[in-house]
Amino acid sequence: MAMNPDYELVVIGGGPAGLGAAAAAYDAGLRRILLVERDLEAGGILNQCIHNGFGLHIFKEELTGPEYAGRIIDEIRERGIACLFDTMVLSLEDLGGVKRIGLMSMTEGYRHVTAATVVLAMGCRERTRGAIQTPGTRPSGILTAGTAQRYVNMEGYQVGRRVIILGSGDIGLIMARRMTLEGARVLACVEIMPYPGGLSRNIVQCLEDFGIPLLLSHTISRIEGRRRVEAVTVQKVGEDRRPIPGTEEVFEVDTVLLSVGLIPENELSRAAGIKMDPLTGGPYVFENLETSIPGIFACGNVLHVHDLVDHVTKESRRAGKAAAERVLGEKAGGDAPVIPLLPGPGMGYVLPQKIRKEDFEDSIRVFFRVREPRMTPGRILVRDGEKVILSARRPYMLPGEMDYVDLKPEILSAVTGDHLTLAVES
Amino acid sequence: MYDLAIIGAGVIGSALAYTLSAYDLRILLIEKENDVAMGASRANTALIHAGFDPLSESLMGQLNVEGMRRCYELCRELDVEHRNTGAMVLAFSKEEEETLEVLFQRGLANGCRGLEIISGQAAREKEPHLSGEVFAALWAPEAGVINPWEFTLAMAEVAVRNGAELRLNTEVTGLAREGTVWRIETGGEDRGIRARFLVNAAGVESDRIHNMAAPPAFQILPTRGQYYLLDRTVGPLVHSILFNTPTRAGKGVTVSPTIHDNFLIGPDSEIICDRTDTGVTRSALDEIARLARRIIPSLDVRASIRNFAGVRANSCHNDFFIDMAAEGFLDLAAIKSPGLTAAPAIARLARDLLEEAGLSMTKKEKWTGGRKVVRFKEIPEAERETFIRDHPLYGRVICRCEAITEGEIVAAMQREIPPVSVDRMKRRAGTGMGRCQGGFCGPRVLEIMARETGRDPLEIEEDGRGSYILTGRTKE
Amino acid sequence: MKEITCIICPQGCRLRVDEDRDFEVTGNRCIRGVSYGKSEVRNPVRILTSTVRIKNGSHPRLPVKSDRPLPKEDLMEAMAVLDEVELEAPVNRGDVILEGILGTSVNIVATRDMAK
Repeated sequence: MAMNPDYELVVIGGGPAGLGAAAAAYDAGLRRILLVERDLEAGGILNQCIHNGFGLHIFKEELTGPEYAGRIIDEIRERGIACLFDTMVLSLEDLGGVKRIGLMSMTEGYRHVTAATVVLAMGCRERTRGAIQTPGTRPSGILTAGTAQRYVNMEGYQVGRRVIILGSGDIGLIMARRMTLEGARVLACVEIMPYPGGLSRNIVQCLEDFGIPLLLSHTISRIEGRRRVEAVTVQKVGEDRRPIPGTEEVFEVDTVLLSVGLIPENELSRAAGIKMDPLTGGPYVFENLETSIPGIFACGNVLHVHDLVDHVTKESRRAGKAAAERVLGEKAGGDAPVIPLLPGPGMGYVLPQKIRKEDFEDSIRVFFRVREPRMTPGRILVRDGEKVILSARRPYMLPGEMDYVDLKPEILSAVTGDHLTLAVES
Repeated sequence: MYDLAIIGAGVIGSALAYTLSAYDLRILLIEKENDVAMGASRANTALIHAGFDPLSESLMGQLNVEGMRRCYELCRELDVEHRNTGAMVLAFSKEEEETLEVLFQRGLANGCRGLEIISGQAAREKEPHLSGEVFAALWAPEAGVINPWEFTLAMAEVAVRNGAELRLNTEVTGLAREGTVWRIETGGEDRGIRARFLVNAAGVESDRIHNMAAPPAFQILPTRGQYYLLDRTVGPLVHSILFNTPTRAGKGVTVSPTIHDNFLIGPDSEIICDRTDTGVTRSALDEIARLARRIIPSLDVRASIRNFAGVRANSCHNDFFIDMAAEGFLDLAAIKSPGLTAAPAIARLARDLLEEAGLSMTKKEKWTGGRKVVRFKEIPEAERETFIRDHPLYGRVICRCEAITEGEIVAAMQREIPPVSVDRMKRRAGTGMGRCQGGFCGPRVLEIMARETGRDPLEIEEDGRGSYILTGRTKE
Repeated sequence: MKEITCIICPQGCRLRVDEDRDFEVTGNRCIRGVSYGKSEVRNPVRILTSTVRIKNGSHPRLPVKSDRPLPKEDLMEAMAVLDEVELEAPVNRGDVILEGILGTSVNIVATRDMAK
């Protein structure tokens, strides 16, 4: 293989994760960077998230999605980083060091480029009706909240008049408000869990402000309508999340919006042979966000689904910097012994999943989600074998909130066991 | 005045229109929905059956193997997506193994080739995820999977290209014999369509059509079957089609790969009153998942990307009903499984029966067969660069899950029977068939379809008539 | 007495705010609930985000927001005003597209660039 790849870094995806990684890699010294985006413009999903509430951590002010995107796009422009739009990455291969990326677009056709490193930043997609297997007919008028958001906010179409929302994820809540403001009637938001999926701020400002009921421990048990949705049956669910007979209530609606979760989009990663974590739906990564293939990094929603874009930006900057360090030979990586970091009781997932035991200079930030909500104070424990090496108090814990603990170098250097466990104190 | 009118543009009607389009005949194909393949032809197990299952003395048994061989030929001639995967009938007990022997003998009588009874161990070598409890299996190498709506569409397209007329959105409401001619009432303003011969290929409605022309002779028992479509991310779950051994308790379920490398499990079997009820139910889906896990214990239905149901035209006779039921009136009725596979043979038989009944068959001097579809995914790596330079629209991917390009979407709109809705495009180009179910590409497909036809995007529908997607514009 | 959910943190305390006793807040688990409860009951305000029509742009709608919060009860009326707006591309992020909506001092501004 040629010693000199076309690029030092190719970033796949031009949403907040890809933009952040490209800018950070530039700032860490790389110049031959290519960012590839399949849409006609950069910014990703932020372009359709026209509501505000973004950027408090990164920009210290409250921005709308397009404003946040605009600012990080400016960072790419100022640095003169090369971008390809309307271009699809069709393949990614590791040729023993150099990566080969298959690209296609109308203007540049089908071709391959090579790169020393790659940052995966393809984002995520929404779970659909098929994934949750809602019984009933299959008429039109059943959309994911994100698809509805694109139609309403970017293309200027209204997608329904009488709407019910299944799932209380933030996009669904935001769309309840958006569609109401645009003249639709939102009859209810139905959540199968006993607690809401989205932020309480959105519950208040998107549902309560408009008198939209939130039905917890309920689900849509049947969809009716031959051509277009005509009605849905809503039922209370038991602890097994199964509908309870006798609790049926029929809502006459023409639209069902689904806000039932997000899945990292890793088809490319899988095809490249990158090892995946079934708990996150994304690649296993080391502390520097490097995947199982050396030189391929991942960040943003392709790695694990985030609740705040600010966290995506921070993470992507780390990935960009790490890719630059790999190119510039600042970190050897490679042969250091590896300490797996495992999710213990009460823990949904932890990230990174692996830490290389080398000379620890900085703290390592470990992200996690707990499995169950808990509204009373508790502790997050990190164990080295039986020994608790870190204990962090939390006033409450919610699976909907990504959280983190920092492992300091002195803690990490003292690890003697062959793995670490992160758990909720029982 | 038509020489022949075919009621129903499912796989049977389309296969017959295709076959007869080679003759000098004025042919009309009438369909009540807005596209071909809208009934059982679009919602079924998508299999090319080898032919060991139906009783030899039945029409099904007589037509299956002939149809199967012709099916493969047609798929090649018409560029229809298909794959010869082979099938296995699984026995979980000594008693079921005895049934395998019965099927084996029946298959031989029906003309199947290559049948073999193999051990559970040998079955697991072919299918590593197979249950350890499989005792023995009947291996049928001729079986395969097919894209059923493309098969139907391809035959209808060639028929239309060669002069057959397709009238969509037209429901037959009455039939009357006027001298030596049939008059078909369609509820519309025209004073009826006139044809010398009529063919009833109305699927699940075929008893109703029959009863408009002849005394009742059979009754359709609409039988709903539900399915799961599982995403290919579950890995190479199965390579061939896996059947349970049929027992008194039922036929079990089928686990099979699809032509798009996803997996299909189902169907159950439930006689229903409403022939149009293609809804799915929790209890049936749960049962299907349970039965499928008996075959493949590691199967995880969380990889589900779609559930659907089809209604099959079973009848009280438990066989196809093929008969000149009245003068100039041919029933191709009660066509249930293996009807898709048998369709080319049914069309051949129908041709013979119509000729016997006096329809003169003179070959056309000029008949244009064949069909070619460009699928980006199938273009060899080495040719992609040149192809896209010459055809830039194939360089823009619209459906990410299935890698379908704008070129394929535009090409589908230029064929003999253009799609009128987003789902119709899905059946042609494959857009929205994958795991995101059109979440990303739906809005773009809609936009391209509006652009190419000059229609207002608000008019582009999801599926059949009345399945509107957009309800208006904001700020207006 | 009004009952509201605190949105300062995800715990979502149910606050009781007594209008008759100088907006006294109870039910809060931390001090931040007090100021939120008082202002939310006294004078609830929201940033309005929506879109307006735009001609000759890369998209048919331009996202906009109010540069400061509007009284909650005025949101629907402000939406009706935005229905009447139609712009012509290009527009830059931050451009004021409507000054002093509904007679307030609040402006509506573009939240993205939109080229021709």
